[in-house]
Amino acid sequence: MNNPNFDLLMWARGPGFDIALIIFVAGVVLRIVEIVILGRKKDLAPAKGSPVGQGIKTIFSRSIPRKGLVQYAPITYIGGYIFHIGFFVAFFFFGAHIVFLDELLSFSQWWPDAISFQWPAFGRVIIESAVALSVLAMIALMYTRLSDPVRKALSTFDDYLVWVLSILPMVTGYIAVNKLFGDPVFMMALHILSVELLMIAFPFTKLMHAFTFVMARYYNGSIQGRKGAES
Amino acid sequence: MSATLERGLNALREQIDAPVASFFSSCVSCGLCAEACIFYRETEDPKYTPIHKLDLLRRLWKKEYTLFGRVASMFGLMPGITDADLKEWEELVYDSCTMCGRCSMVCPVGNDLTMMIRKMREGMSASGHAPVELVGAAGRHADYGSPMGELHPALHAQIKHAEKDTGIPIEMDKAGADYMVLLSAQEIAEYPDVLAAMSRIFKKAGITWTISNDGFEATNVGIQLGNRDVARALVTKVVEAAEKLGVKGVISPECGHAYQALRWEGPNLIGRPYDFEVIHIIELLDRLRAEGKLKTKGKDMGKLTFHDPCQINRRGGINQEPRNLMNMVAGNFVETDDAGTMNWCCSGGGGVGANERAEDLRFKAFNRKKRQFEKVNPDKIVTMCAYCHHTLEEQLEEHNMEIEVAGLTELVAEYLDDE
Repeated sequence: MNNPNFDLLMWARGPGFDIALIIFVAGVVLRIVEIVILGRKKDLAPAKGSPVGQGIKTIFSRSIPRKGLVQYAPITYIGGYIFHIGFFVAFFFFGAHIVFLDELLSFSQWWPDAISFQWPAFGRVIIESAVALSVLAMIALMYTRLSDPVRKALSTFDDYLVWVLSILPMVTGYIAVNKLFGDPVFMMALHILSVELLMIAFPFTKLMHAFTFVMARYYNGSIQGRKGAES
Repeated sequence: MSATLERGLNALREQIDAPVASFFSSCVSCGLCAEACIFYRETEDPKYTPIHKLDLLRRLWKKEYTLFGRVASMFGLMPGITDADLKEWEELVYDSCTMCGRCSMVCPVGNDLTMMIRKMREGMSASGHAPVELVGAAGRHADYGSPMGELHPALHAQIKHAEKDTGIPIEMDKAGADYMVLLSAQEIAEYPDVLAAMSRIFKKAGITWTISNDGFEATNVGIQLGNRDVARALVTKVVEAAEKLGVKGVISPECGHAYQALRWEGPNLIGRPYDFEVIHIIELLDRLRAEGKLKTKGKDMGKLTFHDPCQINRRGGINQEPRNLMNMVAGNFVETDDAGTMNWCCSGGGGVGANERAEDLRFKAFNRKKRQFEKVNPDKIVTMCAYCHHTLEEQLEEHNMEIEVAGLTELVAEYLDDE
């Protein structure tokens, strides 16, 4: 009954994950420090509005598209929403992920009495629909990236790499959980390895936007807010 | 590496700060900034995508300000910026961007692309890659005090005209006045009626004001060219004139970049806050309205629409004030689509209007406003920037549209109740 894939799964869950986690955390911290240490000069113009208040507000308000713009890039907007929401639902509300995150965050493997970080999971139908929609949205987004002249011209290796690294965990996860084909142990190992690849690439690619968008939106909102202008 | 290239790169390096780094780190190449850009939308040429216009700044940041970039460049994987690159980008940074700020409003990750164009122009001009017209205007500004050359004689003539029209004396260099009025070169040369308009409104409101011979011109080509030294020198002139007279406030004229330069960039350029308040003329008129010191009688019953200057509304925060005033004097005020904060640029701002090479592109870009105006079909377009005013007149003529353009201050004065 010795499944060689079991060793691979164990490696992926053990040392593999630890390596990926270290690169992910250290890399993200380094990238954020790289930004913050550049600083910015104090603005000496007397404020008309509220720079801090509007900066914070813009972190949230920029999630909503400006009126009249969706029609010019419907796939980018709608695909973008579906992908992000689908990815988050699958990542944060799939039962196995919640248990895993709890172990990771509470260090319960070393400290059994730690506070639990578990929250209610979504049902299978919701999770699988979210994954399926998210994958379809990503395919649509890649279609616009290849067919639309603006997006095609902007795209670099980074954009294609990040697309592959983001879609792989969803596809492998779906296959592994549903035992669609292949050895389920091997597919699960592939799923975890694909997540680790995503984590390793994270600090060095545009995936960083998942953290830095908060800073960018804040700066934009605070610059405009000082002037009493909208953002 | 040539000396000019090195100077340009150093100027760019000086511009890289935490906001710039956070913006470039956040870009996901979604291309939505293109949909907000008047030059992309009217030409559909992908090279006019705003984030692409910033590519040299992005490359420099990535190569020198990220660990990954520094390691990659050690292996020769990050090509440096060349003179040829700067030459190629000159058109993108100066001809096809009016710094209107629409892209900064739509970027889903919040990038202030317009602020970065402003920064990138510092490097472009330092490296000698800026439109000759802007460089020439900066020279005239330094030598004669305005981008149009020596304007003292013209100013004095216009003041005499205004005094004759209104019967109200205008006292130059009057110490201790409430406000020091600034004008834009465009107003002195093309729209001097604004002087008489202010003269009547301020008399009725009980405001004392003056014009300084030392600093009366508010435009700032340093902002458009991207040259902090020029910008600082021009702001300093105004600040010194105002502080010498000991005025409470300085009135920024109906001019977009002048307001941006004086109100928002100025204190940062000179390194200290002012001893006086800077207020845009329309802000002041709206304040007087709210205080009951500005009253009008009658209304223009023609169909009137309003053009928002980008630097005053979207980038300047003055949105409701002109509308309050329009409602006082316009009996049939109809807004165009996207009016207000997301208004489309007149296509002449940011130095584009002065740039002869950009003329065809500018005429093409105006098609958006043309369609908007055709939809409303107004008798008159009112605005609060003399350069928008000038551009609109030029563009309407080029597009065979017969619509009158008016400045808001003059329109308010026309209906001033000064009995």
